[in-house]
Amino acid sequence: MQREPDRGLTHVEAGTLTPGGGRSSLERSSLRRLPDRLLKWGLTALAAAILALIVYFFVRLADESSAAFSRFGVFGFTFDDNWDVSKNIYGALPLLVGTLITSVIALVIGVPIAVATALYLNELCPRRARGVLTTLVELLAAVPSVVYGLWGVFFLIPRLKPVEQWLSDTFSFLPFVGGPVAGPSYFIAGLILAIMILPIVSAISREVIATVPVEQKEAALALGATRWEMIRIAILPHARAGITGAAMLGLGRAIGETIAVTLVIGNAPTIGKQLFDQGYSLAAVIANEFGEAAATPIHRSALIAAGLVLFVLTLLINGGARAFVIRGERRRGQA
Amino acid sequence: MDLSSTEDRSGKRAATQIPAAPAAAGSSPLAAAAGAAARTSSHEVTTPAPQVNVEGLRSWYGEQQAVRGVDLRFAANAVTAIIGPSGCGKSTLLRCINRMHEEIPGARAEGRVTLDGLDVYAKESDVVAVRRAIGMVFQKPNPFPTMSIFDNVAAGLKLTGTRGVDLRDRVEQALRGAGLWEEVKDRLGRQGIGLSGGQQQRLCIARAIAVEPRVVLMDEPCSALDPIATLRIEELIGELRANYTIVIVTHNMQQAARVADTTAFMLAGELIEHTATEQLFTNPADERTEQYVTGKFG
Amino acid sequence: MSALSFTTSPRRRRTDAVMRGVLLAATLVALVPLVLVIYMLISKGIGAWSWSFFTTDPTGSFLGDPGGIKSAIVGTVAMVLLATVIAVPVGVGVALYLTEFGGGSWFSKAVRYFVDVLTGVPSIVFGLFIYITLVIGHGGFAGWKGSIALALLMLPVVTRSAEVVLLLVPNGLREAALALGAPRWRVVARVVLPTALPGLVTGVLLALARAAGETAPLLFTAVAANATTLNFGGRMNSLPLQIFNDVQQAQDRLVQRAWGAALTLVVMILLTTLIARLASRRSTT
Repeated sequence: MQREPDRGLTHVEAGTLTPGGGRSSLERSSLRRLPDRLLKWGLTALAAAILALIVYFFVRLADESSAAFSRFGVFGFTFDDNWDVSKNIYGALPLLVGTLITSVIALVIGVPIAVATALYLNELCPRRARGVLTTLVELLAAVPSVVYGLWGVFFLIPRLKPVEQWLSDTFSFLPFVGGPVAGPSYFIAGLILAIMILPIVSAISREVIATVPVEQKEAALALGATRWEMIRIAILPHARAGITGAAMLGLGRAIGETIAVTLVIGNAPTIGKQLFDQGYSLAAVIANEFGEAAATPIHRSALIAAGLVLFVLTLLINGGARAFVIRGERRRGQA
Repeated sequence: MDLSSTEDRSGKRAATQIPAAPAAAGSSPLAAAAGAAARTSSHEVTTPAPQVNVEGLRSWYGEQQAVRGVDLRFAANAVTAIIGPSGCGKSTLLRCINRMHEEIPGARAEGRVTLDGLDVYAKESDVVAVRRAIGMVFQKPNPFPTMSIFDNVAAGLKLTGTRGVDLRDRVEQALRGAGLWEEVKDRLGRQGIGLSGGQQQRLCIARAIAVEPRVVLMDEPCSALDPIATLRIEELIGELRANYTIVIVTHNMQQAARVADTTAFMLAGELIEHTATEQLFTNPADERTEQYVTGKFG
Repeated sequence: MSALSFTTSPRRRRTDAVMRGVLLAATLVALVPLVLVIYMLISKGIGAWSWSFFTTDPTGSFLGDPGGIKSAIVGTVAMVLLATVIAVPVGVGVALYLTEFGGGSWFSKAVRYFVDVLTGVPSIVFGLFIYITLVIGHGGFAGWKGSIALALLMLPVVTRSAEVVLLLVPNGLREAALALGAPRWRVVARVVLPTALPGLVTGVLLALARAAGETAPLLFTAVAANATTLNFGGRMNSLPLQIFNDVQQAQDRLVQRAWGAALTLVVMILLTTLIARLASRRSTT
């Protein structure tokens, strides 16, 4: 047969494999080995480049924000309640508070609905409706942030204002509730964030719920449990870690969400007195002020510092979320 | 084709009866191989295949040792079966011959494997060239799902970058060699995964022999097949012996008895006995072999 | 002990019925915003749609005719495609490293972890990063810089989905090819990638759909422009940014354009998602 001579297999055709004429049939020229090595080292280099990129990412953010941190101190920048662009004073507490309040509202509203949706879709939903409903819930994730913002500005804010006023008056005995209602507010921003995190929290919860062994569910049912009791006895305890992880991933999303929040939070760099007051968030301040900040180095540095705080917050939360999800998966591994 | 295969099988029986005296492991296979060679010489075409020697082979998965020092000789142009209970290390041993064990994370091997004296593990030996010379057929038929029947058979040639070969000719040869040509010649463009399980496995055999290896390793090639498809593959193995040195791992003792010239029995990572197949099943030297072949354990 | 009976206590049955009702109600509540958003998009957006809406550029005038969204559509398509061209080879390459070469080494674990970290990074932070490294002092805003910001956003999504799909390629196929004596790169190119192709396409399209809707990474990288351009070296318009800027003007004609642009963007994203789903369906058959 026609083989390239350097493969050295030609003499094999004669029926011997003994080394002769230099190279044995089990060898391959280094030239022929080259593509494999190139591929392996190329891909390894690519993977290493990703690591380097993230390190560089962090270093550059830290470097660019150092001016703000050295002027106001890391603690002062993060926890001072004074964000005044005109005086070039940057204390990010109002932003941090706004980010946290809106995210907590998002979790309180979004997670129970998301988990309930996941339970319904996986355990109760008639088979025929399941595919359609699942797709619809997932479609919530396909709507871009800016479209939710648009919708919030022209639909949610005007329509909900009377409801908010009623809530504010009725529940004024609660802390952080009561008094006049602003149009754009923490509450509206939190509500939109709840809608935006719902699909991902629901999707991960469904994955976690799907890992509950059938035997455990059947064991509960065979004991005479009703469907709900089965969910309570067999599913929820088993899926708790995973659902916690899903909620934390949702929190990470909510904290970093920018455009929709920018459009509906009111962009007031103060700490609102109540849920229905205007506020600001870390991400929104960057989106709004960065255009004008290019001219003032300390302002720009402060905004990049806000970005760094945001980055570190999401890192911590996502790291925690991952730990929970992994724990959930470990449990699946044991089952 | 049927005719020739029955000849083949009867010829094999005669061959395995040649070594008369019970011999210690290691010496009788040679005698059997001589018999096999004598038989195949009467065959139309015989391509001499290399003899495979395994010396002091040990293998581990992580901390766990799977093969504990095995010496085995696989005679040229003969079928050698390796039998033993599951977990005895027979599949691992097979994988160590063409270094496929290296694809399992944490697996490693020590010892020598040679093809007519060429060391498979030598520094200069390239794993890709080793596998090109030592083909393998797997437990589950695994045709490439994205490729047609033709492309599946040609895959080895394309994947190894062989140029200057008449692909059509080689594919037809390989498919004829695997006894599949008549069944698929009119639908070579169809997907390989559309075939029946037995046809898929013969397709995989065709794919393996299309690159013209010198040795074919088979890892329980019939365990996923029905009895009729199994019989067909067994006949095929008998025919392939003319051109290849064949090692087959099987948990099916009857299969070993039907196809193999010599049979090796492994237990807990060690080689217990290797001798002419008939001998091993009728008059084994080792007590444990006897217990196994008579169904007392495993 | 009571006599044998097949009735469950009324209290337990009631709890069961109530909780089933609650779960169903929650599912329906979850869909309310979807229905409302789609209803508003269609009712307000269709009115803005016209031939000239898609064929003219924004005029930039605050008083007269605001113009259409041609430059925004072209800009979004162009920047997202460039981002895809950047993100897909890198993302699939890293996934190939993880599945084909990495094994269980500490290095591959670190890579996987940091890819996960990237997934959680807020999109505006990617915009900041590109601004710091590429925009400031490096010739200002440009379409390609926007594309890189979008590519960073797509990268972890592409990598993770590609890794999942590549892991689904049966090991038997890799072994079969290797046992034929094929070099590793050919196994990857001829067997692994073709087998995983439909799934890879799905993952890429979903990442692409996500990038198309992103505003934040473009805010200070590609910024906005009025004129239609395919010059990646200059500013480029995009649908999300057009919408964002129009909303903030709170002027009827601009807001109407925002709704029209939003409907256009959502239709484009849904079409991409639909194609992605069809591709993945093909892979399961």
